[in-house]
Amino acid sequence: MIIIQAVLILVMLVAAVATSIFRDLISAVVTCAAVSLFASFLFYLLDAPDVAMAEAAIGAGLTTAIFVLAVRKTRRLEE
Amino acid sequence: MRKVLALLLVLAVGAGFCAVLAEIPFGEDKVDVANHYVNNGLKETGAANIVTSVVVTYRGFDTLGEVTILFIAAIGLGAVLFSEKKAGDKEKEEASLIVRTGSKLLFPFIILFGAYIFMHGHLTPGGGFQGGAVIASGFLLMYLAWPARVAGRKRFSVVESLAGLAFVAVGILGIIYGAGFLANFLPLGTRYALLSAGVIPIIYVAIGLKVGAEFAGMVGDLMGRE
Repeated sequence: MIIIQAVLILVMLVAAVATSIFRDLISAVVTCAAVSLFASFLFYLLDAPDVAMAEAAIGAGLTTAIFVLAVRKTRRLEE
Repeated sequence: MRKVLALLLVLAVGAGFCAVLAEIPFGEDKVDVANHYVNNGLKETGAANIVTSVVVTYRGFDTLGEVTILFIAAIGLGAVLFSEKKAGDKEKEEASLIVRTGSKLLFPFIILFGAYIFMHGHLTPGGGFQGGAVIASGFLLMYLAWPARVAGRKRFSVVESLAGLAFVAVGILGIIYGAGFLANFLPLGTRYALLSAGVIPIIYVAIGLKVGAEFAGMVGDLMGRE
């Protein structure tokens, strides 16, 4: 169990670093959603299904949509 | 120079977090309040889901504050994006047949699932916020399939306002019945039954509708205007 949790945390770290490195904002939004998705897996494994549901629905779902829509209305590439 | 300073700042903040978190034992019960919730939550509130009993009953006032913050954020977004101009034809292109058919078939089930989550908030994991977010994601799917038919803000605002009023009205009814603001004044009913736990299901239905309408309205604002 602890190995799965460690792998999840590693993937989250990689995705978080990727979010800050990507110049393409859509890619950054997608990796940011990946952080939320793996965080929700981790919450589920830690017996916190309430938080996992909120994280999956709001963090990985709606926030991503709102970011994508906002990027579409502005510029896609960071300068 | 700036990068080095930023790195030092991040390291300092990280070290601070590590120092604080090392002091907190993980997964052990040390706090009296937490013990009280775990041991007496079901008895006092009738809710099998202890998270719900904390969110709605013990810390009901905080939840009212959270709902207010979300409300203000939705109003702010609507005010920033407000314009009479509808989105151009470029954005009104319909999605492909697969997306349209798939979302049309999935939409009722997503709404049903969201309603299930917030109606059973006192029995199973989840609650008003989660169920509302699921409902809003159903609307998001429909908006992606039919960008031209983004529903008006008005209908969502009506649902949002009525649900918010219902939440506060239940709280004030608690004062009138002598239990206190947002406290339970209804019989607790049979444990684990759908209609039990007093006012918790009423409050969670109101929160679910409010959060769903708010998020759906926000996404609609972002999609519908240019």
